[in-house]
Amino acid sequence: MTRFSLGKYLLPTYVFLTFLFLMIPIGYTFVFSFNDSIKSNIIWRGFTIDNWLNVCDQADVCSAFGNSIVVAVSATLVSTVLGTMIAIALVRYRFKFRSATNLLLFLPLATPEVVMGAGLAAQFLDFGWQKGLTTVIIAHVMFTLSFVVVTVKARVATLDPALEEAGRDLYASPMVVFWKVTFPLLLPGILSAAMLAFALSFDDFIITQFNSGAVDTFPKFVYTAAARGIPPEANVVGSAVFLIAMTIVIAVQVRASIKRKKMLTR
Amino acid sequence: MAFVAFGSQAPAQEQKPTKTGRVALILLLPGLFYLALFFITPLISLIITSLKQASASGVIGRYDYGFELGNYAYAVSQYAPQIFRSFSFALLATIIALAISYPIAYFIGVKARDKPLLQGILLTLVVAPFFISFLLRTFAWKQIFSNDSFIVNLLKNIGVFGADSYIIGTNFAVVFGLVYNFIPFMTLPIYANLDRLDIRLLEAGSDLYASPAKTFQKVTLPLSLPGVISGTLLTFIPISGDYVVASRDFLGGPDTAMIGNVVEANFLRIQDYPTASALSVMLMATIVLLVSAYVKRSGTEDLL
Repeated sequence: MTRFSLGKYLLPTYVFLTFLFLMIPIGYTFVFSFNDSIKSNIIWRGFTIDNWLNVCDQADVCSAFGNSIVVAVSATLVSTVLGTMIAIALVRYRFKFRSATNLLLFLPLATPEVVMGAGLAAQFLDFGWQKGLTTVIIAHVMFTLSFVVVTVKARVATLDPALEEAGRDLYASPMVVFWKVTFPLLLPGILSAAMLAFALSFDDFIITQFNSGAVDTFPKFVYTAAARGIPPEANVVGSAVFLIAMTIVIAVQVRASIKRKKMLTR
Repeated sequence: MAFVAFGSQAPAQEQKPTKTGRVALILLLPGLFYLALFFITPLISLIITSLKQASASGVIGRYDYGFELGNYAYAVSQYAPQIFRSFSFALLATIIALAISYPIAYFIGVKARDKPLLQGILLTLVVAPFFISFLLRTFAWKQIFSNDSFIVNLLKNIGVFGADSYIIGTNFAVVFGLVYNFIPFMTLPIYANLDRLDIRLLEAGSDLYASPAKTFQKVTLPLSLPGVISGTLLTFIPISGDYVVASRDFLGGPDTAMIGNVVEANFLRIQDYPTASALSVMLMATIVLLVSAYVKRSGTEDLL
């Protein structure tokens, strides 16, 4: 395209400015994690790293964060196992009620969180179940399951069935074929599904609020604290989680690009 | 992040499921049973609760089974403004998010395709907001736009704003916050779609003397429509049920409440479960109607 192109400078400038805009609240949260505030964290009162060194001075922040980790780890384990099983079945097996199954898996993705949250809470109420950590984990497995299926399914679909056939030809039992061939090949997909489930669970607020009773998770703590001002320690936790997650994502990308380069030079 | 996966559903080569047998059931049943128990029956509980009537005992928060359709009439008459606001906010925010996101998705998916490093960086930046709690991000906007903040004072000093103008608590602030939170949800599916767009089609367009604008209108846009549809669903659905942004503790005010705020207040604070449930059922019904129009077009297999 040699003609005068509006996109040449306009589009990159626009993209740059929009990204800047996307980063504003992240930067703000990070900067205010260093604020030497007393009670509320609204006005800049000077730089300190005390908030980072003594996060657990705000005991509520720490215990809420601990609960979030417990919930996210448990929910991720269960939903990754259940979701991977479903994904394998969807790609490899023929069975009746396939479209009903697809619909059942799709619906949670298309349901507003407040509906899932209120529905589950209404059910717990009917059953007379006490709300707490367990009910939060049950809820989180429910809403992360479909995301796991979608992610793992994409990976199963790229596997060459011939590899498994080769295993069978060599007289490996179905179990051995699965653990020696299928599972290692699926592992990257399963891991990204697990990371996704973890992130979704960790950041969930609405479904959690309806089903947690008196238990605080980190997002729930932030929501409750918002009425009187969020302490800087919450900014510390948010910023730290952000930095860890970004490090993981960048490491994965760098590894992928090194792999790409190796493939090219070979 | 979810939506990287969402968009990249197309497998390298289409495989037909070949195996049959009982193993499929063993693989499927635990997960499907779980969803039946903790997704489907809760929806039924919601419908049952929405029809309950006040308990004869008169205890607050106690209700008896019934068939009180009046709960729906009450919910609609009592909360019509919030219902209307939810869908207009969701529609408006979805349209604005689409307008902002499409050029970004186009740039990452088409323009940056030859530069894997740039593409990787930009994609990481799009998902970056997911890694910090959306409550903290929304609260950051509240502080940035609070009265006496730098921005508001600046607007007052240069005369754009009157002395007693404010941003927080207005419809503008809520729609702004919703758009901000959902830009990644819109960008990722459109990007995933445009990333698979065959550049040769665009070259063919210019070879045939079509202007770039014409090529975009006749080739790029129609081909990217599936991405636009999943992006709009992924934005519209969560926004219609959101209650954090519009909450008075975040960007909302006394006159910005949406359905979610009303459901939260009725369910968790005043324990009016039937009204909260009736509102949830109506919200769900609207979404199901909307989505089924989409399903009819694309079939269930494309959904996942």
